[in-house]
Order: sequence, then C-alpha cells, then structure tokens
Amino acid sequence: MTRLLLHRLGGLLTTLLLSSVLIFGSLYLAPGSPENVLFGSRMPSAAARVAVRHRLHLDQPLPVRYWDWLTGVLHGDLGTSMVTGQPVADRISAGLGTTLLLVLMTMVLVVVLGLGLGLAAAVRPGRVDGAVSAFTSVSVSVPPFVASTLLISVFAIRMGWFPASGVGQGLGGKIDALVLPACALAVISCGFLARVTRNAVREELAREHVQTSLVRGLPRLVVLRGHVLRNALPPIITAIGLLTAGTFASTLVVESAFAVPGIGQLTIQSVAQKDFPVVQAVALLLVAAFVVCNAASDLIQALVDPRLRTAGSTS
Amino acid sequence: MSGPLLELSGLTVDIATEDGAPRTLLDGIDLTLARGEALGLVGESGSGKSMTVRAITRLLPAAARASGTIRFEGADVGAMDGSALRAYRDGGVGLVFQDPRAHINPTRRIGAFLIEALVRNRKVPRREALARAAAVLAEVGIDDPARRLRQYPHEISGGMLQRVMIASVLLAEPRLILADEPTTALDVTIQQEVVAILDRLRRERGMGMVFITHDLDLALAVCGRVAVMYAGRIVELRSADTLHERAAHPYTAGLLGSRPAIDRRAERLAAIPGRPVSAFESGQGCAFAPRCAHARPACEQRPPELTEFDGGLVRCARVTEIRPARPSKEASV
Repeated sequence: MTRLLLHRLGGLLTTLLLSSVLIFGSLYLAPGSPENVLFGSRMPSAAARVAVRHRLHLDQPLPVRYWDWLTGVLHGDLGTSMVTGQPVADRISAGLGTTLLLVLMTMVLVVVLGLGLGLAAAVRPGRVDGAVSAFTSVSVSVPPFVASTLLISVFAIRMGWFPASGVGQGLGGKIDALVLPACALAVISCGFLARVTRNAVREELAREHVQTSLVRGLPRLVVLRGHVLRNALPPIITAIGLLTAGTFASTLVVESAFAVPGIGQLTIQSVAQKDFPVVQAVALLLVAAFVVCNAASDLIQALVDPRLRTAGSTS
Repeated sequence: MSGPLLELSGLTVDIATEDGAPRTLLDGIDLTLARGEALGLVGESGSGKSMTVRAITRLLPAAARASGTIRFEGADVGAMDGSALRAYRDGGVGLVFQDPRAHINPTRRIGAFLIEALVRNRKVPRREALARAAAVLAEVGIDDPARRLRQYPHEISGGMLQRVMIASVLLAEPRLILADEPTTALDVTIQQEVVAILDRLRRERGMGMVFITHDLDLALAVCGRVAVMYAGRIVELRSADTLHERAAHPYTAGLLGSRPAIDRRAERLAAIPGRPVSAFESGQGCAFAPRCAHARPACEQRPPELTEFDGGLVRCARVTEIRPARPSKEASV
C-alpha cells in the first residue's frame, strides 16, 4: 500500500511538472505579447518598450523564464498580476474559498442524488428504473450553461428564492448564493453518476458471489451493502473523481453566469485581459485539481479492492 | 424428527423466453433423501442437475418458474417467507459451488467470508467465530489457518479456495450439503483430495448430501445412490454399488461404456451418438430415443414412466425387452 502511495505520488508530481511546461509554453506561444496588453492603444517608444520587456523578463529566452517561474512557484511565489500589480497568490486565494465551496456543494448534490437514483434504478428494475433512466437521459444533455440560464430565470427571477448574481456576506450568505450555481453544475454530473452507479450495481448484483451470500441466508440488505455496493464502488469512485475535477473546470462558465467571485470568474477575466501570470497559475491549479482527484480515486479503489494494491509495483 | 430430509415431488422448472413460450428445464423430478444420505446427480451439461440444486435453494433465475413441491424436513420450501427462507438457507442447506474463484467475494478476506454468516445470522462473537473458522480450515487440510484467515481469495490457489468454500459450508453445520460440481474447476490431482475431504467430514457430521457431477465414477465412489439425469428428467435411479452391474437404461449403459478403461489401450473411446438435448428440445416421446440404439417408433410417441426394474427405477419403455448386455469392457475382462 505504501508502495502504491509513493508510486502515485511520483506520477502526480511528474504530471504536474509536464503540464506546467505545456501551460507556460502554450501561453507564450499564443499570439500577442503581454506588453502590448499593458500598453493598450498607446504607442510607446522603442526604449520604453524595451524597458517594459526587461522588467517583465520578456527579453530572456523561454527556458530561462520558465525556470525562474518554476522556482518561484515552488517557493510559493506565483508572480505578479500584470493588470493590477497584486501578487497572483492573493488574487487566487481571494476566490479560492468560494470556488472550493461551490465544488463541494456541487459534489454533495451529485453524490447524494446520483448514487441514490442509480441505486434505486439498479435494485428496482421496471418502473423505477424506467423513471430514473428517463430523468438521466434528460439531465445528461443539459450542460451547465443551459442549466444556469434556466435556473436563474425560474428560481432567481420568477420565484425570487435565491439571488441571481453575486454572493452574500458570511458562510450562510455564500451558501445561499451558491445553491443555484451548484445545481447548475450538478445536473449533468448527477445524471452521469446515476448511470454509472446503476450499471456498476447491476453488474455486481449478477455476480456469482452474491448468490453465495444469499444462499448462506444473509439478509438482502446486508448482501447489498456488504457485497454488492462495496464491490461496485471502484467505477463509481472513478466517476466521482473525474466529475469533481471536471466541476472545477465547469466553474469557469457557471461563475460567470452567476457573477460568483471565484476562481472561474478570475480566469475568464484574466484571459480577456491577457493577464498571463494569473492564467498560468489558475491553469496549473486546475491541472493540480485533476491530478489530485485522479490519484485520490485510485487510492480509494485500492482500499476497496485488494487486487489493485499490487498494481503499483508491477506496472 | 422422522421422515426424509429432502423430498422433491413433481419438481418442474420452466423458464420464460423472449418469444413468450416457456421452456421446460426440469420435468417432474421425484426424489427423496434420508438424513445423512448421499445422493449423486449425474448427467451431461443441460440435463438439469444444477437447476435442481437451484430450485432446492430457491436460487432460480428471475425468469424461471418452479412447480411441484420441495419439502425439507417436512416444510414446504416454496412457501417459505423471508425469515423462514433465510433460516433454511442458513442452517438447513449449504451449497458448495463449482467455481470458488467466482463464488467468493474477491474484495474481502477469507476470514471475513468464513465468519460472515455466523456473526450475522447467529450472533456468534467475532473472536469465537474466527477461532471456529480456523479450526474448520485445519480440518479441511489447510495449513497455517490463522494466516489464511487474513489473506484474500486471489492470494491462494483454486484447490485451497474450494476447501475454504467447503469449510464455509461446514461452519454453518447444515443438515444438507448441496455440492454442485465441486471439483470440476480443479486439477485432477486436487479433485480427489477435495472430494475425500468433503466425503469424510460429511460422514463425521451426519450431513445429507446431493452431489452433482458429470463424472459417473466420482458419483459412484462418494454416493450411496445415484440418479442419472437426461433432458431434465431422471432416467435411472439405483444404488451405487449395483449400478455397474445392473444399469438398465440405455443412456446409463452408454455413459458406463464411454469411460476409458484403465487396463486397456483404446484407439477410440466409445461415445453415445448425437448430442445431448434439453428438456424443451425433446419431443413427445422418450427424450433419449433419437440417440438410442434400441429405439422403436413407439418410443417417440409416448413418454416413458419411471418404473421399478431390477431393484432400481428406470425410465425406459422397452427396458424389459432390451435389458442391455453388461458393458462390453467387463465381458472381455
């Protein structure tokens, strides 16, 4: 188990390093140079331009700049925003709490509803299964931006139950304001998780060892919990891991729609303003979220299924 | 308690199909089993052996319908409700499956598997249940049981896992063991050991057993009586020690004749011509008629009844006329 843990940790760091190269490289390959953004419509003198380029270290070759940036990141210095002049770390941490709360609320909704619906569909074939699959077919085809618009117009504008944009004060105000965004994010994931759960549980229900448990006189509920659900967990956990990581990315859209001051909104703004240091940091953060979610789901799977525990040492 | 341990009368199982026409898998099985008796159920794939065991434990697939009655110690198994059924499955019958690898949850330790029923159903304290499990593991010939209890199924061999399965059944101390081809998935050398262990421990504990196999010799070695099944029906039922000499049904004779002899070199093994059919594929008459050397047109018209003949039961309309010659192997020895 420790071996697997170390193995996964090594993979995690390698992925992060590789993606940092990609992120850094792709942003500087993108058309338009950062100093142009700063100058805007003004026409600076050649000397001024050189001075700015020097201050931003743009006159150095790419590998050197990457190395400087990387060592900075490793020391907790994400750079300085080109637009506001604030440290990038400050700008990100201002929105991080809100975004994390949003992702958490979304995933609670997704896990509770998705697992519940999937389970119900798996153990009650026929009418329940049909109703759930009708619901999931609709929900998996509602992307967050569509859901956002619908939810705003119905629950915020017509009913007035929740604020349509911005967040309130304190944790209560935040949660209140994040209910609709969380729902908008959850709709599609919830349907997806329900389907994954249903199929995984169905597959486990048909396994021979379930018959063994039943024929030993164990109550159906015990068999369901101890043998069926437990063994069906690996694909469900994978799905939850992927959905969590995906939710981080989807916050970009939903936070803009609901004007939630989180990382997503910061990203959209920074991309529009070509605030490279911020975009880099956020992109790296997103990659980190993906990698961490994946590693976590792998580790939980190894806890559930002992056969996976040796995989790290053989691969 | 007096009376038979298990009594099947007219057990018939139909399975619904896509086109709506039910297909018969078992057709009127009558069997009784006394306490402590071992009965062999022998037949080819599709003859209904496993389906019989599934019907006895009420583990039939959802699409299957059983009719006729199954009585266990006089109680109607088909009428049992949830708790009665659980009690019957817990302490009444124990089922040894063919493939332990598939039939034991791979994600849980052997110890957890062995004690689960004891702890859940009988409220035996964990520690005591584990001690009992270790003792039974030692009895089925597993060394270092304490370590095995902590291992996972994928960490031990198939033969050992089948012993674990047998141990799990013995732990529950059922009155009846149903063994559904318990050795088919194992190496030949390990088969013998496993069967010997099962046989000895069953006798010591006075448990009844229904032993399913397609290996006639194995059944004759372990069981007091053997029922030969063909196409969902019993075609011959006879005590094991007389089956060799007195096999009367052409199918039984064919099975006996198709075994390789240990003392002679054969260029070709004798085989029964044709392929085995399921109950629903057989016509009005005798299901074996299309493959039978003694069949007459009359055999295809009316189904033969299971009737007494020469100390056993035989389902053949012409048995008194044909009484097959003793298997040729024995004649030549």
